[in-house]
Amino acid sequence: MAGILSYGAYIPYYRLPRNVISKAWGQRGGSGEKAVANYDEDSITMSVAAGIDCLKGTDPKTVDALFMATTTAPYKERQNSTIVATALDLRRETRNADFANCLRAGTIAMLSANDAVNANSVKNVLVTAADMRMGGASGENEQAFGDGSAALLLGHGKVAVEIEGSYTLSDDLADNWRAHDDIFVRSWEDRFGLDEGYMKIPVEAASGVMKKYNLAPKDFAKACFYGPHGRRHSDLGRKMGFDAEQIQGPLLDMVGNTGAALPLMVLVAALEEATAGDRILLVSYGNGSDAIVLRVTGEIENIRNRRGIKNHLGIKRTLDSYERYLRWRGMVSLEAAARPERPPTSMSALWREHNTAIPLYGVKCKKCGTPQMFYNLDSTRSRICIECKAKDEFEPYRFADKGGKIVTFSQDYLSLSQDPPNTLTVVDFEGGGRGSFEMTDRDPAECKVGMPVEMTFRKMFFDRGIHNYFWKCKPARD
Amino acid sequence: MPGSIKDRVAVVGMGCTKFGERWDAGAGDLLVEAAFEAFEDAGIEPKDIQAAWVGTSRGTTGMTLSEPLRLPTIPVTRVENACATASEAFRNGCYAVAAGIYDMVLAIGVEKLKDSGVSGTGGGPSSAGHLLQAVQSGPGAFALLATSYFARYGLNVDEGKHMLARVSWKSHKNGASNRNAHFQKEISLDMILNAPIIAWPLGLYDCCGVTDGSAAAIITTPEIAKKMRKDPVYVKALQIATSPRDGKYSTKYDYTHVEATVRAAQAAYREADITKPREEISMAEVHDCFSISEAVIMEDLGFSPRGKARDDIESGFFDIDGKLPVQPDGGLKSFGHPIGASGLRMIYEMYLQLQGKADKVLNAGMPSRQIDSPRLGLTHNLGFGPEGPVAFVGILGLEGA
Repeated sequence: MAGILSYGAYIPYYRLPRNVISKAWGQRGGSGEKAVANYDEDSITMSVAAGIDCLKGTDPKTVDALFMATTTAPYKERQNSTIVATALDLRRETRNADFANCLRAGTIAMLSANDAVNANSVKNVLVTAADMRMGGASGENEQAFGDGSAALLLGHGKVAVEIEGSYTLSDDLADNWRAHDDIFVRSWEDRFGLDEGYMKIPVEAASGVMKKYNLAPKDFAKACFYGPHGRRHSDLGRKMGFDAEQIQGPLLDMVGNTGAALPLMVLVAALEEATAGDRILLVSYGNGSDAIVLRVTGEIENIRNRRGIKNHLGIKRTLDSYERYLRWRGMVSLEAAARPERPPTSMSALWREHNTAIPLYGVKCKKCGTPQMFYNLDSTRSRICIECKAKDEFEPYRFADKGGKIVTFSQDYLSLSQDPPNTLTVVDFEGGGRGSFEMTDRDPAECKVGMPVEMTFRKMFFDRGIHNYFWKCKPARD
Repeated sequence: MPGSIKDRVAVVGMGCTKFGERWDAGAGDLLVEAAFEAFEDAGIEPKDIQAAWVGTSRGTTGMTLSEPLRLPTIPVTRVENACATASEAFRNGCYAVAAGIYDMVLAIGVEKLKDSGVSGTGGGPSSAGHLLQAVQSGPGAFALLATSYFARYGLNVDEGKHMLARVSWKSHKNGASNRNAHFQKEISLDMILNAPIIAWPLGLYDCCGVTDGSAAAIITTPEIAKKMRKDPVYVKALQIATSPRDGKYSTKYDYTHVEATVRAAQAAYREADITKPREEISMAEVHDCFSISEAVIMEDLGFSPRGKARDDIESGFFDIDGKLPVQPDGGLKSFGHPIGASGLRMIYEMYLQLQGKADKVLNAGMPSRQIDSPRLGLTHNLGFGPEGPVAFVGILGLEGA
């Protein structure tokens, strides 16, 4: 039986308190906070972050496929999952797939992965689910939505969680939707969505799966399911027949509704506390409902060292400026800085760089052993060793997973940045090698020569239809 | 083994425009101004020029010069080497005369920066546009030098910023005396220390001006020079050092010195037979694109012992009335930095000082700018970033120096 071999998750560093949003609009209330992705993050970068967490202890070259689930893919024509797979250093011979356009995309990807593994088409699949949905300013969706991601590695063998079975209903009920041009999620009045959709269909799916496998609510240690709001979420749990202790906290209060990622993020939170023998019900919702029955095995103890949900909940900084959020999301037209326009990005040059720049590979000189990363400002491929000057005598050397220390830094207020100042750094890596990177997810005041950093996959800029991805450094916080 | 340029060529005429935001002038206008001042100073006509080198980081081909001056189909080469561009034009002109191919050449540099409409200078030097690394501004690139210099030599932020401010204060004071300078105003230490931050720890007054301007030199053989005037200025050394640009990629670079300056200086001192630069160099114009650059350059040139530039800076050793005046004309800081022209502007100041003519550009009512009987003047440029620059060191002097 196929199952889950490993899990991972990611919650962005910044949290915007809901009352800060309310205050900006002269509205009352707003409790808790929502996780907001930085200006340099998107569903691709968050999928990479969760993927890195999940692949701890697994050689990425042994992964046969990456299924990426999201409703907020950066590209409509260009395979988003392969960008994620390249960053995670998967092989070329992989069955990658984008799962999109539905809030159930995460569980749909999970079920498809399960089928693929059970059919022996592939030996394993890395499933990622990420979302960065946007609500129009001053609205309820803006308050409720949050950003985040989760990842599951499905395969055979010593699985930590068995996938026992599932039941799916597909319904074209559009309580929330976005058409091809829409940036903000559209919602019909919420009474309709609740009465006909959320409070009905997941109940049918849950009871459907329980009937199919002869199970009752009492057979489950935890119920992990999607929810738009905290109160509705607990109402639904009760309606499904679960007690309060069985209902896994939906993260809505302190992270927000993370869309297609939410069911898998809630599942990861449950797995972090689960023990052998626990049966878990996973229910997603969005144009129907998937209900999946899972059973935890003793192997769960061997995959405890993930950042997952718990660790990320504690690593955070309050974003106390709604204006800054608007700036990050491009929701206001800013006055252009009097700085030169970027020269156009070259797709052919990016292709030449993609095997090194995207997974962050440099080289190690076979003659003198010096690790090195950059050739020049535009290239991560080297020809002449910086140390011994040997030509073309290199072996590949990955820098993405190495920690580093800050050699020097500056806060640059003049260079083009979406969120000034630009924190410039030079990083010396453990094991050798040096590179120059922007620092992200930081308060400029915390920069110090010698501080430890880790590498993170981010979007450098969007220009003329191209999302330019590369790596930045961020302070090591755990 | 490379040879020496020492005393093989001489400068017989120079010109320099007013530097500043020259809304009234395009690159062509600036070239005409500087070139004709040089022709007049040398007592020659444009048709006497046999070949020319024009330095600019913009523009294309030698026609950048031959078009505005309507030169009569002579050989003109456009050269570029970042902030050492004008020095590179000068160097090429000198070698052509030393090689005996020409005996009267023009070296001229120009930059028209203020038509771009942007703050600061151009964006990243990426040719392909997919700049993967942090986008550094010019100040950002050099600010990295300041952060590590402070950390290595145990300067707290106040001590470090005061050292930097003292550098800029001195340069503005000198520039206030120079009617060609972009900024002709003294600025107090307080104003410098409290200025807005551009790239931490560098503030507004730690950064040189973005400027339009042009400067020119007429170069000939020593024999011809002696017939033309009694005080030609001789070239003693010309050295360019281009870095392999590995400072950001090799853990060996310490971010507290600039290797290319050190190497160019060592080669220049060897070429000019100088063993004790702190004693033997009378004055210098160095590349103070940022105040931290100048501080580190003092050590890289061997003027101050390594790690000790602060003592000399704070004690006034480099002031115009100090033992080794640096930036007597105000430097990049207050004279301004038109990239393609700066190298020749520095040579212009050394030229005037050596001939005793510094007060030719004195602001009315200001005390004399003339340094007392200087022997040898050093000019220095540094282009791109400390981790991988082009550096130039040139040494000039009168006959017999």
